Amino acid sequence: MKIKGTQLFVKALIEEGVDTLFAYPGGMAIDLFDALYGEEAFQVILPRHEQGLVHAADGYARATGKTGVCLVTSGPGATNLVTGIATANYDSVPLVCFTGQVPTNLIGNDAFQEVDIVGICRSICKYAVTVRRREDLGRIIKEAFYIARTGKPGPVLVDFPKDIQLALGSDEYPKEVNIRGYKPSTGVHMGQLRKAADMLTAAKRPLFLLGGGVNISGGGEAMTRLAERLNIPVITTIMGKGSLPTDHPLYIGNMGMHGNVAANTAVSECDVLFSIGTRFNDRITGKISEFAKNAKIVHIDIDAASISRNIVVDVPIVADAKEAIEKLSEIIGEPKNTAEWVARLQSLKSEKPIRMQTEGRMNPQDIIEAVNAHFPEAIVTTDVGQNQMWTSQFLQLRGRSKLLTSGGLGTMGYGLPAAIGAKLGRPDMAVVSISGDGGFQMNEQELATAVNEELPIVICILNNSYLGNVRQWQEMFFGGRYSCTCLKKRKSCARWCSSPAASCPPYIPDFVKLAQSYGIEGIRVTDRDQIGAALERAKQNTKAPTLIEFIIDRELDILPMVPGGNALSDMVTEYKKEGK
Amino acid sequence: MQTGVKKRWVSLYVENDVGVLAKIAGLFSGKSYNLSSLTVGETEDPTVSRMTISLYGDDKTFEQIKKQLNRSVEVIKVLDFTDLAIHKKEILFIKLHSLRKDEIEDIFRSASVFGISVSDYDKNSLILESVKTESENEDVLKYYKKYYLTRMEAIRGGAVAIESVSKSER
Repeated sequence: MKIKGTQLFVKALIEEGVDTLFAYPGGMAIDLFDALYGEEAFQVILPRHEQGLVHAADGYARATGKTGVCLVTSGPGATNLVTGIATANYDSVPLVCFTGQVPTNLIGNDAFQEVDIVGICRSICKYAVTVRRREDLGRIIKEAFYIARTGKPGPVLVDFPKDIQLALGSDEYPKEVNIRGYKPSTGVHMGQLRKAADMLTAAKRPLFLLGGGVNISGGGEAMTRLAERLNIPVITTIMGKGSLPTDHPLYIGNMGMHGNVAANTAVSECDVLFSIGTRFNDRITGKISEFAKNAKIVHIDIDAASISRNIVVDVPIVADAKEAIEKLSEIIGEPKNTAEWVARLQSLKSEKPIRMQTEGRMNPQDIIEAVNAHFPEAIVTTDVGQNQMWTSQFLQLRGRSKLLTSGGLGTMGYGLPAAIGAKLGRPDMAVVSISGDGGFQMNEQELATAVNEELPIVICILNNSYLGNVRQWQEMFFGGRYSCTCLKKRKSCARWCSSPAASCPPYIPDFVKLAQSYGIEGIRVTDRDQIGAALERAKQNTKAPTLIEFIIDRELDILPMVPGGNALSDMVTEYKKEGK
Repeated sequence: MQTGVKKRWVSLYVENDVGVLAKIAGLFSGKSYNLSSLTVGETEDPTVSRMTISLYGDDKTFEQIKKQLNRSVEVIKVLDFTDLAIHKKEILFIKLHSLRKDEIEDIFRSASVFGISVSDYDKNSLILESVKTESENEDVLKYYKKYYLTRMEAIRGGAVAIESVSKSER
């Protein structure tokens, strides 16, 4: 039977098992939306901005492990996806993004709402393609889903011209794919793995470093059992957090720029660093020449290009994290007694915990710890900056809990839409978003989506009225010159300013009133003893989001900190505010 | 790490599709890899194109480039020609004009010595065609630049390379 391209598109989504489509209409997608009308096989979510849309699809994908699917129109609809596609690309999130496009005979004519979105996205996605012939449509969609979710997952963009949408063609959707240039590696090189295993069992101070790859592969449980059996301590990157329960005695903490003292010390002191699923990005390594100087390094990653790029390693292994962990468990021998080494790191962890001191006033540690207590199992999303770092420092992840955060690209405005996507994908889980007042305003329009979809997410805004992370750097490294970081600053203020004062203008927007204008409950929390009640109150709202604004001290810092370019052992653990 | 900087050669089999050249070129520019020449053309299979790329880089960067090329969906196969016996040739045209009679004689003589051909000719101008390795073309060009720099146009095609069958170099 001959069907239109739009009909094959719908059929393809059904055959791929899509249950949620994030979609925003427009001129070059209107025929696709017409084909969606009356379709009961999946839900179609209408966000308020394409950036919110793609972050929601990303949050959905991270929360469920399924592929997030986006549909937008050409031109600005497509360009609004760019930040979200790059975000997903850095964090290996499977997305398939369909963009409407002007008819093929108009491509290149600077037609209304025409952009070369494939050209724009080429370097920030796993694969991007324009459908140029109706007969290629089924194959291209099939390949898009396959490429997005296999190997190192990532976003795929399919540009879909209007004439192809309307053209009649075969109703067949292929069952199989065969892409000659794309064969994701499977299996593990057992010779290399044995070498790594021998290194590990011979080590006196072995250390597991787990990155996002362990979480993506679902290798956390196997990893926990292996670490327990070998009695080897574990540290994680932010993306790897939660691969071992954070309250596990072998879990030493997050490492890197804002990691804890014990985890960063462990890297410097270990004699074998067994790393799985990390890119060794600059926020992790600090000064490269000092990184794990005393250690032999094993690196397992699904992406050959991530191995020996930043850190030259002794044993490289290209493999899926979970598969490698399971195979390693089968072949590994008796390790050395590591009790003393584990005890050293555990005592370092308890002697030098991360602790915020604010003389009785509410601080982010109080807030995140209250989230831990009131939501023992939850999906937590963050924005980027201090809110993200504090969350990564204090959040506990146990059981099915997950942290969704833009680790690679560092995208402000990610938290709220990602929480929306997460809740749509996992309605059974509590979902909490933690944002700063700056990042929240980058996608606050998505409140409408959360309200209309009746999503009971708990939206926490840590309001210090600054772009706090940059402000911290300005304070520590730029002599307190607060250049464009104060969100209270008005025309009536002194032009240049280096500290807040009681006389600062009032903050806009009033987040509580903003919540009210969306018909939802907004709660302002100013004291430590109000936190629990606010979170409990939010739990009562089972069909609507709740916005909680936490007014925190204006000039709090994230500590400890490894200033950019320093060795991990060169941490700033205390910072004295001069004259403040 | 700047050890082992030398000239490298890769040959790529890629999909013969719109945008593939842009993808490969973009990969080099986006990641600040130094590309010295790139040629591309269709193969015996019209759905496949073959690229010959030469570049200067150290071992570590070159390894990374090969991995990045390999992970591109559009790239079917990456061959490292750097230390293999290969045949590689580049086409070079040199157009010379406003020539005196004695100069024309010199050019014919030199062309014969260099083993290149005169492929077009008029009273006081001509075109030389040289199909040689890049470095041999370098030498050819050096001679004509020395004497005819203000009266010449040179255009080079970039090298194409293919693995040797008899395993001897070139």
